[in-house]
Amino acid sequence: MPPLYSYLCNSEKCVSDYQLLSMKLLVCISKAPDTTSRIAFTDGDKRFDESGVQFIVNPYDEWYALVRAIELVEAQGGSVTTITVGDATCDPIIRKALAIGASDAVRIDANPTDSSQVARLISNYANDKSYDIIFAGKEAIDYNSSAVPAMIAECMDLPYVALATSIDVDGDVSTLNCESTGGTNNVSVNGAFVLSATKGMSEQRIPNMRGIMSARTKPLTVVEASEVIATTEVSKFTLPPAKGDCVMVEADNAADLVRLLREEAKII
Amino acid sequence: MSVLVYIQTQDGKATKAGLEVASFAKNMNVGDVTALVPGTLSGDGGLGSVGVSKVLHFSEGVTDNAQLSKLTQAAAQSADASTIVFSGNNDGNSIAPRVAIAMNVGYVSGVTRLPEGKTFTRSVFSGKATAAVNVMSDVCVISITPNSYGIKSDTGEASVETFSADIGVQRIVLNGFTPTSSDGSVPLPEAERVVSAGRGLKGPENWGIVEDLARALGATTACSRPVGDMGWRPHHEHVGQTGLTIRPDLYIACGISGAIQHLAGVNQSKVIVVINTDPEAPFFKAADYGIIGDVFEVLPKLTEAIKSL
Repeated sequence: MPPLYSYLCNSEKCVSDYQLLSMKLLVCISKAPDTTSRIAFTDGDKRFDESGVQFIVNPYDEWYALVRAIELVEAQGGSVTTITVGDATCDPIIRKALAIGASDAVRIDANPTDSSQVARLISNYANDKSYDIIFAGKEAIDYNSSAVPAMIAECMDLPYVALATSIDVDGDVSTLNCESTGGTNNVSVNGAFVLSATKGMSEQRIPNMRGIMSARTKPLTVVEASEVIATTEVSKFTLPPAKGDCVMVEADNAADLVRLLREEAKII
Repeated sequence: MSVLVYIQTQDGKATKAGLEVASFAKNMNVGDVTALVPGTLSGDGGLGSVGVSKVLHFSEGVTDNAQLSKLTQAAAQSADASTIVFSGNNDGNSIAPRVAIAMNVGYVSGVTRLPEGKTFTRSVFSGKATAAVNVMSDVCVISITPNSYGIKSDTGEASVETFSADIGVQRIVLNGFTPTSSDGSVPLPEAERVVSAGRGLKGPENWGIVEDLARALGATTACSRPVGDMGWRPHHEHVGQTGLTIRPDLYIACGISGAIQHLAGVNQSKVIVVINTDPEAPFFKAADYGIIGDVFEVLPKLTEAIKSL
C-alpha cells in the first residue's frame, strides 16, 4: 500500500474525500476601540469619533474565536479564513489576525450601521462557500449587541451555539460546553453551525516574528458589498453624567456605611 | 396592537427576568401584553400580577434557539404583536436576533429604559455611553438588560391558552446541564446585590469573609479577572471586560483596584461601594461610597452591622 500522502495525492476521488475531512472554518473579526480609548462622538453626536483612537481586534473575536479555530486546524488540518465588514481602516487588525495564524482574510467593503447589515453581508458572502463552522466572539466591545452570530445563523438557516466555552470536533459532530442561564450546557451538533465564543475557549496568543512577516503576504481579499438595508439607526449618542464625589467612611465605622446605604442611597 | 413577551419559567413560575420583561412591556403602554411561555407552567405563572392579559403556553420543553425563534414568530403572528420583548439574558440574546432576521424587522438589544415611540435607549462602549436607537420597521424586537427596569406589580389575572406551532426539527442536542450555583443564590446577571473581591483577599482560603457579607446581604459573590485566572474562584464569577457585565443595585468591591477593564463590567451598577487599603486605587473615582482600610478588618464589621439591622 502506498504511503497515505501519495494515496491522497494520486486519486482524484480520495483528494475530494480528504477535503471533506479537513475543516473549513470562518471567523468573524471586527475592529474595536482599545479599552482605554477616550469615548467621544461627532457629526451631531450620531457617530463615534475615531480620531486618535487606537483600534484592536475585538477581544472576544481574537482571544476566543480566532485562537480556538486556529488550534482546531493545527490539530486536524484545514483552513481558517477571517471575515470583516468594514473599510480599509480595518486592514491593520486583519493583518494582526493573519499574524496570529489565520490562513487568509476577506474584507467586505462597507460601513454598516447596524448588526443586521453586518450579518446579512457576511451571510451573503458565506452562503455558497460551505464553511463547516462559523466562529464569532460573544459580543463586540463597542456596540455590545451580541447579535451578529445569531443573525448569521438565522440568515443561513444554521444551528447556533451561543457563549461556547469549549469545542471539540470529531468528524461531523461537534461537542461544546456553553454558558446558559444559571449554568453550563453540554451540547452536540451534527454538520455546519455558527458559534459565539467566550472566556474559556482558549488563551490569548501573541503573534511571533515569523507570523508577523508571513501575514504581510497572506491573501486579504476585498469584496464589494451586496446591497443590504439597515433596520435601525442611532439617532444620538450620550455620555453619562459625571459621577459625583465618592463619600468616604472611616474604616472603624462600618455601621455608618450601612446607615448611608439605607437612609441616603435607600438600597438596603 | 399588542406586545409579546418571551417568558422563561422555573418550577412553573415566571423567572425574575421574565417578570421584569412583562412589567416593562405593560408599562410601554402600547397595548395588551401577551406572554409566550414554553415549558412548564402552573396557573398563570404569576404573570397576571405584572400586567399580562393572555398567556400562550407551549407545553413542550425546547432548547434549540432556532426552534424557539420559530415558536416566537408564530406567537407574534397569533397575537398580532407590534413589539416583541425578551430578557437580555443568555437565552434571550440567542433567540431575539434570529426572530428579528426571520421577520426582517429592527432589533435593539440591551434596552435599559422605557422607549419614546420607537426610539430605544441602550448602553454602548461597555457602559461608557448610551445610544438612542430608532427602529425603522413597523414591528420591533428588543431585549431588556436584566435588572435595569425592575418588577412593577399590577392587578389582574391572565387567561391561559394552550398554543401549538410547527417549530421544525431540533438540530442541537442537549447532553447535560451543570448549574453554576449550588447554594441557591441568584445568578450574577440578575442579582440585585453583588459582593465582589479581588487580589486584596490574598488567597482563596480567605473568601469566607466575602461569603459571610454576601449571605448577610442576600447578595451573590463575584470576582475580578486575576482571581478567576489564578483559579481562586470559578470563571463564571468573573465580572469585567471579557467576563460578565452586570448591573446590580449595589456592588461592593473588596480589595479590587478598579482597572478600566474591570469597571467596564460593573460601571452601570446603581451604587458602588469600594473597600481598599490603597487610597490611590482608581476604583474610588468610580465609587459612590468608599472605605480606605483592610478588607480583613472591615468586612467582618460590615457583616455584623448588616446583621444587626
